[in-house]
Amino acid sequence: MSEQKVTLTIDGEEITVPKGTLVIRAAEQLGVIVPRFCDHPLLDPIGACRQCIVEVEGQRKPMMACTTTCTDEMVVKTHLTSQLAADGQAGTLEFLLINHPLDCPMCDKGGECPLQDQALNHGNNESRFVDEKRRYQKPVAVSEQILLDRERCVLCARCTRFSNEISGDPFIELFERGALEQVAIYEDEPYASYFSGNVIQICPVGALTSASYRFKARPFDVRTAPSVCDLCSAGCTQTVQSRHGEIQRQLARTNMPVNEAWNCDKGRFGFKALTSEARVTTPKLRRGGELVDASWAEALTAVTSAVTAANGKGAGRVAVVTGSRLADEDAYAVSKYVRTVLRSDDLDFRTRFAPAGERAALAALAGRETASYADVEQAPVIIAVGLDPEEEVPILHLRIRKAWRNHSAKIVPVGPRMGSMAPFAYRRLATAPGGEVDALRALGAAAGARDLDAPEGYDDAQVRGVLDDLDGVTGAVILVGERAPAGALAAAGRLADAIGAKLAWVPRRGGARGALDAGLAAGTLPGGRSLEDAGDRADVEAVWGELPTVAGRDLHAILTDAAAGTIDVLHLIGVDLARDAESAALAEKALAKVGTVIVQDLVVNATTEHADVVLPVTATQERHGTLTNWEGRRQRFSQAISGPELVQDDWEIVVQLAAMLGQDLGWNDLEALRGEMTRLGPRDGVRDWPALPASAEASDDEGMLLVTYPLLLDRGTMLLDADDLNATARSPFVALHPDDAARLGIADGDLVEVGDGTTTLRLPARVEDDIVAGAVYVPTNSTDTPVTALVPVAGGPARVAVSVSEPAEVGA
Amino acid sequence: MPQAVVSIITLVVVVGALWLFLTRTVIGRGFSVPLRTVLRRSETAEYPEKPRPVAPRFHGRHQLNRYPDGLEKCIGCELCAWACPADAIYVEGGDNTELQRWSPGERFGEDYQISYERCIFCGLCIEACPTRALTMTHEYELSERTRADLVYTKDMLLAPVPPGGKDTPHLDREVRTRGLNYYGGLAVTPPTLHGGDYQQASNAPSARAGEVLPTGTPPDTDLEPEDPAVVGAENVLRSRHAPGGSEHPRTRREQPEEER
Repeated sequence: MSEQKVTLTIDGEEITVPKGTLVIRAAEQLGVIVPRFCDHPLLDPIGACRQCIVEVEGQRKPMMACTTTCTDEMVVKTHLTSQLAADGQAGTLEFLLINHPLDCPMCDKGGECPLQDQALNHGNNESRFVDEKRRYQKPVAVSEQILLDRERCVLCARCTRFSNEISGDPFIELFERGALEQVAIYEDEPYASYFSGNVIQICPVGALTSASYRFKARPFDVRTAPSVCDLCSAGCTQTVQSRHGEIQRQLARTNMPVNEAWNCDKGRFGFKALTSEARVTTPKLRRGGELVDASWAEALTAVTSAVTAANGKGAGRVAVVTGSRLADEDAYAVSKYVRTVLRSDDLDFRTRFAPAGERAALAALAGRETASYADVEQAPVIIAVGLDPEEEVPILHLRIRKAWRNHSAKIVPVGPRMGSMAPFAYRRLATAPGGEVDALRALGAAAGARDLDAPEGYDDAQVRGVLDDLDGVTGAVILVGERAPAGALAAAGRLADAIGAKLAWVPRRGGARGALDAGLAAGTLPGGRSLEDAGDRADVEAVWGELPTVAGRDLHAILTDAAAGTIDVLHLIGVDLARDAESAALAEKALAKVGTVIVQDLVVNATTEHADVVLPVTATQERHGTLTNWEGRRQRFSQAISGPELVQDDWEIVVQLAAMLGQDLGWNDLEALRGEMTRLGPRDGVRDWPALPASAEASDDEGMLLVTYPLLLDRGTMLLDADDLNATARSPFVALHPDDAARLGIADGDLVEVGDGTTTLRLPARVEDDIVAGAVYVPTNSTDTPVTALVPVAGGPARVAVSVSEPAEVGA
Repeated sequence: MPQAVVSIITLVVVVGALWLFLTRTVIGRGFSVPLRTVLRRSETAEYPEKPRPVAPRFHGRHQLNRYPDGLEKCIGCELCAWACPADAIYVEGGDNTELQRWSPGERFGEDYQISYERCIFCGLCIEACPTRALTMTHEYELSERTRADLVYTKDMLLAPVPPGGKDTPHLDREVRTRGLNYYGGLAVTPPTLHGGDYQQASNAPSARAGEVLPTGTPPDTDLEPEDPAVVGAENVLRSRHAPGGSEHPRTRREQPEEER
């Protein structure tokens, strides 16, 4: 597609730009910044503020640079060369300031306010306006987090355009006309968006402020550090601003290939856990049943003596579980520590019970070129399996939505629930929980994928429809969520190979991809290598020394053995197993049984109640490091604040433990560690996709199949103390198909009981078409008792009974 | 020769010789200094008993001002702390509430400290103050026995309550009932406040920033006074019907035709 170019003159300088470029963008390329408020490069042009007046030769009236496209031989004069443009801009500014209150001294935007800057640069010193200013009640809370000050608003419509165009939550809109035109919400409908914080950042005045940053600091008295958000695998780059050693706010840092200029509210406001009461600031030891403060020497000695004693009893008595929240360096250090110091392979970074064959599929994925945000944005067809992007990886949701909005990309969710993709899904492959594999197999077989046979008797009009959509299309993207069932990733991989699509594995947590690359799962080694492959072993042994020879146990095996009493030491690094493990019941049993539970974490949580040793660690904002997002993109973050005095990085703790156990891991600083990581780069050559497991037999058990994944804002410990943010969380519910609801006599909004016979959750019902019949969706971690309590200890699909709660028990 | 003539000649000679001695000789010039000083008016100040007046713009101890009704002018914006080159000022703002109002507007200075160990009396802080809350007095006797005592806190810096005023905090309601225009020339008072006449607004804020202009008459009812300047409550618009007949045409035009 050859682009047409046009040549125009701006302020006497000639410039050639692609056809369709706006005058304001062309001027920027020449270094001429035309003053503007409403214009934003990522939003559609609107011309609402009238500030960017320029003179165009041959036009009767001045034009708006932000809505005028460049044409050939156009001659534009900006305020720098045209008195007409300068006068027009000064006039507009004067009008904007008529009703703008002069409360800059206390406005949060003061110091970084475009209106303030332009009034200072181009405005008059004295106002000619002598009458009273328009006054509104201030501030109005449009949500628990976002406060609106209508007096300050210049009606640029950036916020309403953002919510319409980018996030797709049009809860705020311009109401009324003329002098009373104002931004407002609909009655009884708060501005409920996971991306609402962005409107604060793009507001060109202080009309939108956040409850959590209001009056906290000024742009000129904060210390700023570049960082990367670790709260999901999106990998948004952020700016962390601190004052008096405490984080005041976090902003999205423009990074067009990743998060563009946006981030989600969880990343923006979810940093209060670092200063919460629950933060672990000193090492702790359990003495007489109570966790008491201890010194690092005492705590580390307790760990090493427990490990030494357990190892003395024989192999397989120490296991390590890391949540998927570690920085890349930590993951690598832990991986090396477990293999070379503990001489074990009982290690897992997942909190789910890994389905059979996932390890081989992930290993096959590791060497391949996977999809990126740019691929998603360009993709004509996006197939998403086991993924609810808005709840799990919000920035990916924005990118999928952008592809849909820009070129009507065909979004095909596969699975029991579409979730956030429902409004723009093109075609749906509805399957029962676990049935995603059959759908992918049918698709792959029909598309001619190697070694993929269609499941017997599977005939679906929608599958044939997807094949039509894919016909003759290049650059399709297949996104496989981490909770996709056994074989889904391998099936998707074969399908991607057959149709030339790009594939990506999209885990939910920020450190999952880094953990995979570091080999933090039993049987895997750094760079997608396998412990059972002789060549791979030799590669790693050349750097690490001798390795264990037998692949170890995954989380389910570890917890089962721990519950049976054959594991003495369970070392948990950054993981709250009691709440996050797929089966809370099994985790509870295991934690109660294990002799020594070592917890290395930021805050006190449900798991630390079982801990014998608690080691305090630094948060992402308190240290340097790198994080790998779902694309496999590694990004550095740097220290923004210094944490509590006694905390240490996870890799530092591991180095000390190794030293005390008589082994040198080989590095004492991040640079040396990174150097070794680079030496053990990705494996050469691509592995073939593993064989698919046999289709699960349809079971005739009673009850409905439980579908569960967490909402973005839940009871996670990283959201502790972020009160304004948590107030915007979606309340938990039970999603039911209308057919099931009719069968069970449940109406929308009824309080229903979901239980497995022993544990019961009582939640309001939401009757929706989005979930397939025969299944219920319950958010994982939004209730006091997590829904994981209903998952059997064997893991796998949980069946639950759903019934209307007896009115007498309401409030019980 | 008459006696008188001799006396005059002698006097002229003596005075001339003395003048020549005091102005022309080295020793005499030296002696002339104490002689002149003896005749001059004494410069000694009886300082502690009779302090001398200072220049009108002397930079002395700071003061946090109040409006005549006793409300504080400080809005806790911290601009003084930011202007301070010696980092001598610490401010922490707080929120005014309906039941406890310290200043007009949303915020007030909850904590205010100036360290006179650090202050260099440059006056940049009072220039930075947007509400003229901070000014400098003529008081210069700033010595204390300990360093800690040199940190002056808000209660020490706050001006006394003016006669007729009331100490803070006030009730929001009583402040509104007064119907005062706290921002002087910055005309925020609507023309038809409580049915009063159009109040010509000044265009010179700084000159009148200290004045509180009573406009209109307070309502004589016990009803909750409304702030008529606010044109929209929450997100629901309401019409503005001012009591009394004299409505400014501009106000009428702003009104929506019908209540929504």
